[in-house]
Amino acid sequence: MTPFDYTRAEGSAAAVKQVSGSAKATFLGGGTCLIDLMKLHVENHDLLVDITPLPLDRIEATAGGGVRIGANVRNSELAHDATIYKNYPALSEALLSGASPQLRNMATVGGNLMQRTRCPYFRNGFSPCNKREPKSGCAAKDGYNRSHAVLGVSEHCIATHPSDMCVALIAFDAVVKTHGPKGERAIPITDFHLVPGDTPDRETVLEHGELITAVELPAAPWAMRSHYLKVRDRASYEFALASAAVALEVVDGVIKTARVALGGVATKPWRAADAEKSLVGQKPGAPAFAATAEMATKGVAPRQFNGFKVALVRRVIVRALETVAAMK
Amino acid sequence: MSPDQDIDSAADRREFMEGVAVGGIGVAFAAALPITATADEPVPPARGPGQPVPVKLNVNGTDHDLKLEPRVTLLDALREGLHLTGSKKGCDHGQCGACTVLVDGRRVNSCLTLAVATVGRKVQTVEGLADGDVLHPLQLAFIKHDAFQCGYCTPGQLCSAAGLLKEGRAKSDDEIREEMSGNICRCGAYPNILVAVREVRQGALKEKP
Ligand SMILES: Cc1cc2nc3c(=O)[nH]c(=O)nc-3n(C[C@H](O)[C@H](O)[C@H](O)COP(=O)(O)OP(=O)(O)OC[C@H]3O[C@@H](n4cnc5c(N)ncnc54)[C@H](O)[C@@H]3O)c2cc1C
Ligand code: FES
Ligand code: FES
Repeated sequence: MTPFDYTRAEGSAAAVKQVSGSAKATFLGGGTCLIDLMKLHVENHDLLVDITPLPLDRIEATAGGGVRIGANVRNSELAHDATIYKNYPALSEALLSGASPQLRNMATVGGNLMQRTRCPYFRNGFSPCNKREPKSGCAAKDGYNRSHAVLGVSEHCIATHPSDMCVALIAFDAVVKTHGPKGERAIPITDFHLVPGDTPDRETVLEHGELITAVELPAAPWAMRSHYLKVRDRASYEFALASAAVALEVVDGVIKTARVALGGVATKPWRAADAEKSLVGQKPGAPAFAATAEMATKGVAPRQFNGFKVALVRRVIVRALETVAAMK
Repeated sequence: MSPDQDIDSAADRREFMEGVAVGGIGVAFAAALPITATADEPVPPARGPGQPVPVKLNVNGTDHDLKLEPRVTLLDALREGLHLTGSKKGCDHGQCGACTVLVDGRRVNSCLTLAVATVGRKVQTVEGLADGDVLHPLQLAFIKHDAFQCGYCTPGQLCSAAGLLKEGRAKSDDEIREEMSGNICRCGAYPNILVAVREVRQGALKEKP
């Protein structure tokens, strides 16, 4: 790591001011992504503002029947929260499928939303990578791209978004609350992450120095019947090759509400909105689920080594939907 | 070239080599570190970011006054600054668990934790598990069940298992396996680690001898 100064935030406004005031300053959460990337010299900063002392560590009910999750809530705390476990089970499952118990004890909700790709060409610090060094090219496109994305890709970047948590959040219509240099705003998570397009270095809509303060989940009674399924190269402590967060509300034998969100296969947490719509009004079962899986993968653009992900994610969707349909 | 620059460029080369082994779990070489062991040395005049700062670490119940650059990780501060070499550096990137310690009773990877960020908190390492000469039940169970071969991952396994017991969630063998999955063992001692952790969890060794 290159040398940097460290300071503890004394209030959200002060932290925002400190970071927005210097291009080489940034927020420090659990450090599991940032310190890793600074050791690799993929990121270099002069000042880290530790935001973990800020009182953004509560999980509380909202007036509308939803839940407000502070940005500093640790991933392990959120996963084991009784309300989340009961009302949004796919979120607990997604969190518990990520990283390791130690890392989940460190990782914050804000940091997880902002975590960066595990693309080896991004991480190695020297390959052409438009995300790390704009206009340098993309070594992954014609390199060993087995772990890369098949959805939301561009000419300039095919890096997979690594987060499990975000896949569940996007299925539940989460809203990201921020405090920035220009004030506060609420950003629907579907708008929060950006597909790479021709600016893969821009990964979210956040401005420099804009602090995530909370994530809100709206009331969603149907979310009790949700599930996160993750397929990976080993049984634990590994990123997804393909994953799905799904939910179903079935009334009188017919699907009234459906959610299908995908991880491990796309450049951002992926909501398959058309596929969801195709389920509404159908009887839950193999034919409808297979058609939905097909629709969710419309427009895939596999490269040399990641074509298997197309079939894999379809099966993940079907199996996850079958699991939810069988829930009492 | 100043000695400081020397240290930096050596660190740069090391990190570059690690970067080449992307995705894998490489063994890092012990690095020369920007650590000063005592707090009463004169502070050099400011020359850019990253000047050493006083850091009071509470480790295994004892306060230590160090002067560290903010970029020094808890793992390096423990090993190089306090010579508590029980905690191991396997990958230095959160990928192996060899550096696991408890901070305020919660297991974390000390390689991704900044030492300055733990000021005011209680750090427990493998050296602090035993009660004097009386080994912790987990240590006894690891010996009894031969739960290690080379022993490199063992301090991390022990601290992680201590965290697991505190959390109190893992009950079945599958749950213990999953909850211990943040600790890689290159020797593959997993079956015996499982037996040792299971035995302590079940309270067989609850009474200290
Ligand atoms: C070995 C390993 C395996 C992993 N496996 C998985 C996995 O299987 N699935 C998975 O989903 N993840 C996995 N992760 C990633 C992990 O979930 C993230 O590193 C973690 O969630 C990041 O949170 P943090 O608090 O540590 O962030 P930090 O490292 O502290 O910060 C990350 C980024 O977010 C910014 N930031 C932090 N908080 C805020 C805020 N409140 N507002 C604005 N910006 C903020 C920081 O400035 C920084 O840019 C793994 C990580 C490692 C090291
Ligand atoms: S040294 Fe491998 S996880 Fe810290
Ligand atoms: S005992 Fe050798 S690495 Fe685990």
